[in-house]
Amino acid sequence: MSSDADPGAGTEDARPAEAPGDLDREAKADRIRELLATEGDAVAANTRGFNEGRYESTARLDGYEALKDEARAIKEDAIERLPALIDEVTETVEANGGTVYLADDAADANRYIREVAAERGAERAVKSKSMTSEEIEVNDALADDGVEVVETDLGEWVLQLAEEEPSHIVAPAIHKSREAIAELFAERFDPDDPPETAEELTMFARERLGELIEDADLGMTGANFVAADSGTMLLVTSEGNARKTVTATDTHVAVAGVEKLVPTVEDFSPFVELIGRSGTGQDVTSYISTLTPPVDSPVPDFAADEGPLADGSESDREFHLVLIDNGRLAMRDDETLRETLYCIRCSACSNACGNFQSVGGHAFGGETYSGGIATGWEAGIEGLDTAAEFNDLCTGCSRCVPACPVGIDIPWINTAVRDRINRGEADPSQLDWAFEELVPDEEPGGLDLGTRLVGNYATLAKWGHKTAPLANRLADVGPLRAVAERVAGIDRRRDLPAFARESLVEWFEARGGPAVPADEATREAVVYPDTATNYVDVARGKATVRALEALGVRVLVPDLPGSGRPPLSQGMVATAEAAAEDVYAGLAPHLDAGRDVVVIEPSDLATFRREYERFLPTDSHERLAAASYDAMEYVFGLLENGADPAALRAPSEGTGPVASGRRIAYHPHCQARTVEVGEYATATFERLGYDVLVSDTECCGMAGSFGYKTDYYELSVDVGEPLVEQFGDTDRTVVAPGTSCTEQLDALLEASPLHPIEVIAPRE
Amino acid sequence: MSLADTSTFTGRLDDLGVAVSAGPPAECAAMVEAAAGEPAVGVPLDRSGPAAFADSPATLPERIETEPTTADLRGAHTGVTAASLGVAEYGSVALEADAAGTEPVSLFVDRHVVVLREADLVPDMPDAFEWLGPRARDESVDVVFATGPSATADMGGLVHGAHGPKEVHVVLLREDDPGEGER
Repeated sequence: MSSDADPGAGTEDARPAEAPGDLDREAKADRIRELLATEGDAVAANTRGFNEGRYESTARLDGYEALKDEARAIKEDAIERLPALIDEVTETVEANGGTVYLADDAADANRYIREVAAERGAERAVKSKSMTSEEIEVNDALADDGVEVVETDLGEWVLQLAEEEPSHIVAPAIHKSREAIAELFAERFDPDDPPETAEELTMFARERLGELIEDADLGMTGANFVAADSGTMLLVTSEGNARKTVTATDTHVAVAGVEKLVPTVEDFSPFVELIGRSGTGQDVTSYISTLTPPVDSPVPDFAADEGPLADGSESDREFHLVLIDNGRLAMRDDETLRETLYCIRCSACSNACGNFQSVGGHAFGGETYSGGIATGWEAGIEGLDTAAEFNDLCTGCSRCVPACPVGIDIPWINTAVRDRINRGEADPSQLDWAFEELVPDEEPGGLDLGTRLVGNYATLAKWGHKTAPLANRLADVGPLRAVAERVAGIDRRRDLPAFARESLVEWFEARGGPAVPADEATREAVVYPDTATNYVDVARGKATVRALEALGVRVLVPDLPGSGRPPLSQGMVATAEAAAEDVYAGLAPHLDAGRDVVVIEPSDLATFRREYERFLPTDSHERLAAASYDAMEYVFGLLENGADPAALRAPSEGTGPVASGRRIAYHPHCQARTVEVGEYATATFERLGYDVLVSDTECCGMAGSFGYKTDYYELSVDVGEPLVEQFGDTDRTVVAPGTSCTEQLDALLEASPLHPIEVIAPRE
Repeated sequence: MSLADTSTFTGRLDDLGVAVSAGPPAECAAMVEAAAGEPAVGVPLDRSGPAAFADSPATLPERIETEPTTADLRGAHTGVTAASLGVAEYGSVALEADAAGTEPVSLFVDRHVVVLREADLVPDMPDAFEWLGPRARDESVDVVFATGPSATADMGGLVHGAHGPKEVHVVLLREDDPGEGER
């Protein structure tokens, strides 16, 4: 990836004009393949375990959503008054006898910390794991002065021994298996009786680290939160290493980003209940330290250990709080990146992420931070070029949104940063003119071609449908697929969707419009002809019309523009915004007439409900969001309101292949789950007498254009692995509402999944 | 404190694998005697716990070294300290760092025996932070809310005793307990 990106400015690109992005693509695909092979299994087992733990632990918590709202409100307020809180904490910490240093950047912070170490004559510093200290790379800075730095978090210590970087915010060494750690210890220490079991390895590390901590001179920690009103800092750990680091050393240096400030000690409370649950599924971590340093404990003098532990003398403990700006105050002024400052580093977004579950933070991260929220951090702290290296690993599946305890819309940050990357890194040497007709977007010229093709899918699909027999034949021609792969990065191993000769809208018009007369209708609804339904998968559109009409709804299928989801997924924000306005303009007369809007494609419904909030005036967005329903949600609502379920298709009777229709394997769509409509299909199926097995994976891994891109093909397939494991041998009818899910399941299971509405709609 | 909170608290401790002895303050020394391994160091109750312990008949057994050297601490199997507060919902105990050494005595040992008055139980985390807030502002206290033993999963499986104690034992003092001892 080019490293000279500059937001908003066109840059000279050094890539060879004949193969734009080819080398990047190959290198990236190679790197992902390597990580899948070496670290993928360990990362998958750990992150999926954490994610499962989060569901279980938050389900046990009364008022989880209220607690999240409270946490969010505290962060919003704190970031709003950040400068005042910095002043306040400086006063309170100094009144306690400590020192506060506000560091502009990493170099400034390190200079200060080196001075503290030099003044205290420190030879060894022990450190409790802290991402902020990773960010400033303080270990290297201290090592330059001859200060030995020892990580005391067991996972972080393993990485220090192996000379690797953390791959996870909370559990830095999850990519390493127990066997790999045993091998590492045996190699580094050559012990007589090499530890092997988790218990032996832990005790080995405890002993080694215990000795190193005992005669250390300087203790370094991060801080999860700092209360401005008292200078109290909150540290959460389970190992107890932060406690030992602080207690055993007489000089404590805490490093924390300025965004860690909250107004009061009482504000810690919701975070204490949320952070462990969100991260690893622990209700609370073993140790929640609330320190108002310098702490009161005596400093144990292990060198002269015959002396009393507490000799009654005043301890000469010293405390330094190093608050780090390093781009954060500028992020506060940036409408999009500001949300990143609400992040509490719990890692829920990483654990919930399908791609992270497959490759971990070594692919899904930049200089320091990894996972979904990393784009925001890296864009703010390191710059767009660093963020660009992994930004498109966010597929926008949005499963991190409900997982985030402070309600950060992480996919939106990724989209907005992608938009900036698009604008900043545009390559003017590309042959735009040849594609202008196919890609009539609102973005500046020079956008990566693959991005533009996918982003303009609505136009492409319309063109494909008009020339359907030819376009479909061309789509299967080997040499053309090779060109598409080389120029646009569309992987030739993926089948391309076949375009329909008659669109849904054309079919509806040809049959004479609505079949249910207005005076006999219970309700009136517009079936939204999304691009995929209208031009590719017309059958699910027809099924939706049949199902609704069977339940007494007067249905209309007007010609409406695409939702803007494809350009949004490519970071083409201006194009998506224009689409939102067009869709609203097209739907407004129907909303005026009191009609409901029924949406077949879950990603389009999610776009209406979530992203349109950013594109439409508040009233318009709320009006559309309130009137829009998922197709199965709508059917469920009709049944709840007295519609006759006998009008729908119940499971067929009998034995043999026929009976398999009774049993459904249902994969709810990721974005549908986020907008909480995934369960309506299950509820409706069960009401009609079907037996439903619901997939328990976060995302199928295909996610719109993602799985088509040649750099991500293998990753996409790997993310789909759990679906294969769960549904692979099933004799159930496989059902999935999303176009992408359908394509992925089709490819992985050869299952040709149906949309749920196709199962329950009366036969033609 | 309500019976509901006590049973929530002891139930959570049970889930965490923490042993509990409950009885009247006069039985404290006997309960600690039974719970503490050998050798044991400690901090006198009235110096590590809330002021209320000053007038309490609760004491520690003779064999607990309450003025340990650093070598005693290093060699100790068990550390005994009081806790200032318990959080019923989570089974957490609040340990205050003090000049007498509550923090190292509760941390640099294999087993931590913690003495807590039932009267110092609060239902939930917000109550605990309501208690902490004024004390942090006015007295600059340092408090660790400890929930079960030290734990790690970094070495390929859940292991107790990563850096801190491998075991925790709570001695819960009931003011109106008729004196039955172990529950």
